[in-house]
Amino acid sequence: MENFTILHNGSGPVALHSIPCTDYAPFHARVAGRLAAGCHCAHYFAIPGAGDTLIVFAVLLDDTAHTVLVSAASVDPETAVPSLTALYPAMHPFERDIAETTGLRYTDMPWDKPLRLAHDRADRTRTVDNYPFYSIEGEALHEVNVGPIHAGIIEPGAFRFICNGERVLHLEIALGYQHRGVEKLMTATGNRLRQAMLAEAIAGDSSVAHGRAFAAAIEQLGDAPASNAPALERTIALEMERVAMHLADTGALCGDIGYQLGQVACEALRTVTINTTQRWCGNRFGKGLVRPAGTWYPLTPEIVELIRHNMTDVKRRYGEVSANLHATPSVLARFEDCGRLDPAQAASIGAVGMAARASGLARDLRASHPADAYPELGHTPVTEEAGDVMARLNIRCREVAQSIDHILALLHEASDGGTAPPAPDLERPLMPSALAVGLAEGWRGEVCHVALTDATGRIAHYKIKDPSLHNWLALALAVRGEGISDFPICNKSFNLSYCGHDL
Amino acid sequence: MFRTKFRVLRSHGIQYIKRLDEAALPEIFRGRPVLTDPAEAAHPGDPQNGDAPTHTAGGDDISGPGACNGSTTRPGMTPGELAALCPTGAITATPFSLDLGRCLFCGECARRAPHLIRFTNDYHMAANDRRALVITPQTTALTPDPDLVRREITRTFGHALKLREVCAGGEGSTEMELGASMNVNFDFGRYGIDFTASPRHADGLVLTGPFTENMARALELCYEAIAEPKLLIVAGADAISGGLFAGSPAIDRRFLDRVAPDLYLPGNPVHPLTFIHGVMALTGRPFTGKKRKR
Ligand code: SF4
Repeated sequence: MENFTILHNGSGPVALHSIPCTDYAPFHARVAGRLAAGCHCAHYFAIPGAGDTLIVFAVLLDDTAHTVLVSAASVDPETAVPSLTALYPAMHPFERDIAETTGLRYTDMPWDKPLRLAHDRADRTRTVDNYPFYSIEGEALHEVNVGPIHAGIIEPGAFRFICNGERVLHLEIALGYQHRGVEKLMTATGNRLRQAMLAEAIAGDSSVAHGRAFAAAIEQLGDAPASNAPALERTIALEMERVAMHLADTGALCGDIGYQLGQVACEALRTVTINTTQRWCGNRFGKGLVRPAGTWYPLTPEIVELIRHNMTDVKRRYGEVSANLHATPSVLARFEDCGRLDPAQAASIGAVGMAARASGLARDLRASHPADAYPELGHTPVTEEAGDVMARLNIRCREVAQSIDHILALLHEASDGGTAPPAPDLERPLMPSALAVGLAEGWRGEVCHVALTDATGRIAHYKIKDPSLHNWLALALAVRGEGISDFPICNKSFNLSYCGHDL
Repeated sequence: MFRTKFRVLRSHGIQYIKRLDEAALPEIFRGRPVLTDPAEAAHPGDPQNGDAPTHTAGGDDISGPGACNGSTTRPGMTPGELAALCPTGAITATPFSLDLGRCLFCGECARRAPHLIRFTNDYHMAANDRRALVITPQTTALTPDPDLVRREITRTFGHALKLREVCAGGEGSTEMELGASMNVNFDFGRYGIDFTASPRHADGLVLTGPFTENMARALELCYEAIAEPKLLIVAGADAISGGLFAGSPAIDRRFLDRVAPDLYLPGNPVHPLTFIHGVMALTGRPFTGKKRKR
């Protein structure tokens, strides 16, 4: 496996000069080779290189060897190059991003369209108002446009359906409305606290996951001793975030089909969960809990007891809700066999997280690249085969129980005492001219941050990937052939992030 | 099937908070901060001397304060050091003040200078005057000023209020809290207040997020689609000031040059009780938690 730098999750920064950097052609061949061998792409991006060149970096994950592979190439932006997307559709969002921000052209990229209409895009004439939606001519067909503003209290994005009667032939999702320029803001400040809070603001419902990925990247660059990391706190916080969001989504799915009992029961359980997080760290979304190299919120005996009590109760009550949903034919009739994403599709588009696991793809960083307390938990991913809305609901039902079991096991360990984790360190100088990869399995799936420092140790480039980047296409594929009135439950069953995608 | 329903119902019990006005948040919740005049604060690093020096560094730099070097591990920072520390430039050293329209309630300032800033669990933080959000050592409470409320708001919206929410770059947590204010626990709908899908059915707009450039036109269209008279509420530090994103080239906040908000709701995210109290106070309603009698 020459020409890749091979890391383990959290095993440290890599000096930039030590990352193999070749011409594009051999790079293209070796990345394609690794993808063919079963690796998947965690990140792929371009930064300006010497002179007018670009340097592209690929960060691949090998789930069986538990490794992270990094490789690079130098590219002349004036010359069009063959795409990886043509071979591996999973590379599509990454190459769209590279094309959009650098102006690099691909000779054979299908569907060469803007990704998020970033403010620093190469072509400012492309805007949200002239997005080139796909269209099909035909007397029997009509188009339905939804958004950017949606009916509920949710984030904006534009959905264009092409329908034959009630049946969806095609859905195209145009995003970018939420673009705030997070990656650029990360590099524009040296205030580590501000950077940590920007990371938490990438997607508010995944503050802990993104906060964790940021802390991982910074701790490696700052050479912080791993033994100091508040592993228990971070793992429990991440699992509580997962429980809270799975509860929210179960409730919302019930709400979308007018099943009020399921909806209100889950709302109440989510309140219990996030209020527990609030009692722990002062914020219902866990903001402020994860900081580099320590935490302000160690697990005190009172907090341990509170989490144990509340999570045990949530597990029992959610179990009742889940049993009820499975015993209610009107619920099953709406969810079963609706919005199917089959395993082959999931694999080809590079689906991650719970959406992938609902289609039989056991992709889960907690098992493949475990960090914090996950190695000792010996996490086994929950999978379902059907790939429909019901399968994604089942994943939630089963993962809530599993996550709470993890939490209770770790609380047991926490109550054994041990040394309290240190306070966060926001001052640590970072290794100059280096790259570090921060990974975390959030409730939606794989979060990946890549930080690159310049010669003075400042963060020169910060690249963020929310799992939604992979999974939006999964939603578009899942609704094909469904009645358009089933779109809301399909959408809810994935519950992807707009701001995490748009950054 | 019915047996499973009864089980859920039995465990669910009664969930709504009967008296919203009596609901209290845990001590650790970071609500309205209290400032102490630096001239009067006993400096913990120097207990003999009550006079902490004041600096003005960095307080107005909204595009991203610089790194604060060296001194962040000891408590007892000066107002000037706090101004440089704060990730959104919410703190001004002289005169010593903290802008709740920018604050993200991370609590870092209170940790570094407990003698100057302390967070209380008071969620009553709504204001209808942007300047009132800049709190000083003299501030003891925050609530919308009834004298500043437009007559048509109390006249038209005192009984029922339908709001349209628009997220323009919001990261989702304030949006979820607005949704939660309608849930089975907070049940804000008991007052005839609800969110609606169409701006045509709405009496006002609740805005979240820092206002992205890519949402500027849709936001404008949505606001225009609401019939007069209408309310504008900005929820969360991002919406009030741009928050962490103030100064980002991807943001376009010109909408606020044309329309003045009727209500500002600080928070990161805005707590449901902050939202509920703010709207009740703005529309001049008693805030008892009981259902209105017909
Ligand atoms: S709590 Fe508010 S004022 Fe204090 S440092 Fe954080 S953002 Fe700034």
